[in-house]
Amino acid sequence: MSLRLEGLSAGYGGIPVLHGVDLEVGEGEVVALLGRNGAGKTTLIKAVMGLVRVYAGQVVYWGQELTPLPSYRRAQLGLGYVPDDRRIFPELTVRENLLIAHRPGPWSLEKVYRMLPRLQEIEHRRGGLLSGGEQQMLTIARTLMTNPKLLLLDEPTEGLAPLIVEEIARLVLELKREGMPVLLAEQNLRFTGRVADRAYVLETGEVRLSGTMDELLHKEEVAALLSL
Amino acid sequence: MDLGFYLLQLLTGLAYASTLFLLAVGLSLIFGAMGIVNFAHGSFYMLGAYLLYAFSRGQAEGFWTGLILVLAAALVIGALVERLFIRPIYRRPEEYQILLTYALLLILEDLVRFLFGAGYRSLPTPPAFSSPLFLLGTPFPSYYLFLVGLAGLSALLLWAFLYRTRLGAWVRAATQDREMLEALGINVPLLYTGVFAMGIALAALGGAALLPLQAATPGMAVDAVIQAFIVVVIGGLGSVWGALLGAVLIGLLQAFGILFLPEMAMVFPFALMALVLLLRPWGLLGRPPAVRT
Repeated sequence: MSLRLEGLSAGYGGIPVLHGVDLEVGEGEVVALLGRNGAGKTTLIKAVMGLVRVYAGQVVYWGQELTPLPSYRRAQLGLGYVPDDRRIFPELTVRENLLIAHRPGPWSLEKVYRMLPRLQEIEHRRGGLLSGGEQQMLTIARTLMTNPKLLLLDEPTEGLAPLIVEEIARLVLELKREGMPVLLAEQNLRFTGRVADRAYVLETGEVRLSGTMDELLHKEEVAALLSL
Repeated sequence: MDLGFYLLQLLTGLAYASTLFLLAVGLSLIFGAMGIVNFAHGSFYMLGAYLLYAFSRGQAEGFWTGLILVLAAALVIGALVERLFIRPIYRRPEEYQILLTYALLLILEDLVRFLFGAGYRSLPTPPAFSSPLFLLGTPFPSYYLFLVGLAGLSALLLWAFLYRTRLGAWVRAATQDREMLEALGINVPLLYTGVFAMGIALAALGGAALLPLQAATPGMAVDAVIQAFIVVVIGGLGSVWGALLGAVLIGLLQAFGILFLPEMAMVFPFALMALVLLLRPWGLLGRPPAVRT
């Protein structure tokens, strides 16, 4: 089991957003978090990364309890966080954005450029001058440079053109083929249906439904919970 | 008045600008990377001067060893101050920084008064610079040239560090998004300790380098921090090149202001600052506050 949440309650300023969430991500598994805006998807991912307060419960990563660790320790242990708001360093070049994140492992500048050739073309451009799609590519690439052992992807397709969404799907499937476990927060059901094995549906900070993607895609409740 | 005289005045201005740069660049760096407004910055400048006096025992011969010891001591002191006092207040509202660093300023002033007395402490010109350099028949104090060289070298090293090393890229990234940098696995608390120590060491170096020209007094800390703020406000808070430009402008303004309008010389730096604040509130080389998307 690469990641296990047990009874996790977390939130901001003393107010919990998540209430006792149990969740598992198996080895090499792509697991989706579905739910409307405000359901707690981003908070859950941030709690795994140590960026919000955990009030109760545990985050266990490859058997290790993470709750007392600061976020940089979690990243050093192999958690790769891709935030929904991208957070590229705007004054650093594309290349610098990638190099500052690098830690030893199979992922290198060459491998990242091979997978996302567009980034090499714009490697000397400042992060702040990129288009939304380029920024999203760079955010994912930057996290891959840390050589993660588990990827936390927060709404990677939000606000992107279909062509870019397609490229991200291709990338996630490639990572899956390499055996990378992924926890993915998404609202795009089509995208999630293509890449994820299982999903949890969140509503007001609690897990309402869970199951394989095939099961969930055929349940009417899922559509209702996502208000589609 | 001939050309040599103006050149001498120019050099005097640049020498003063050099110590100002060393003082102000640390203030700017610490604010840029850590978001801390360090009111005690001038106190470390003062401390640098007193430490050089102590390490050299007031003897010109002890200048070089003293200077190296000042750098080493300031790095340690800076790291300790960050760990003990600054670290607990990062997540607090800004008033805490102001109160805390102002308290440090008062404490350091009293500490220096207690250890060295309230009188002047000075150091003769180091032997290497005892004879002047002649240019166009005018004698130039060679120590002034040393100061300019020291500041120039520091600026160059700082630039190379920030733009040519990975550690420097981390410092720049920390000024842009601390939390994200940390989420990528970089030990930002340790990085902050390093940045603070470096800023303090630069200020102490500036204060120490001034000692052969100007005696140290416990009151110099307040003057220094005001000058440093003027420099970084003019140049742009958070910008290394802004600190350099601001320091040179203030240094030259002082040197030539005294020449032409001596009774107004004290006012010029403030007037320039006011003008910059009116026309370009983020400073000459600073960046206008970005709208976050």
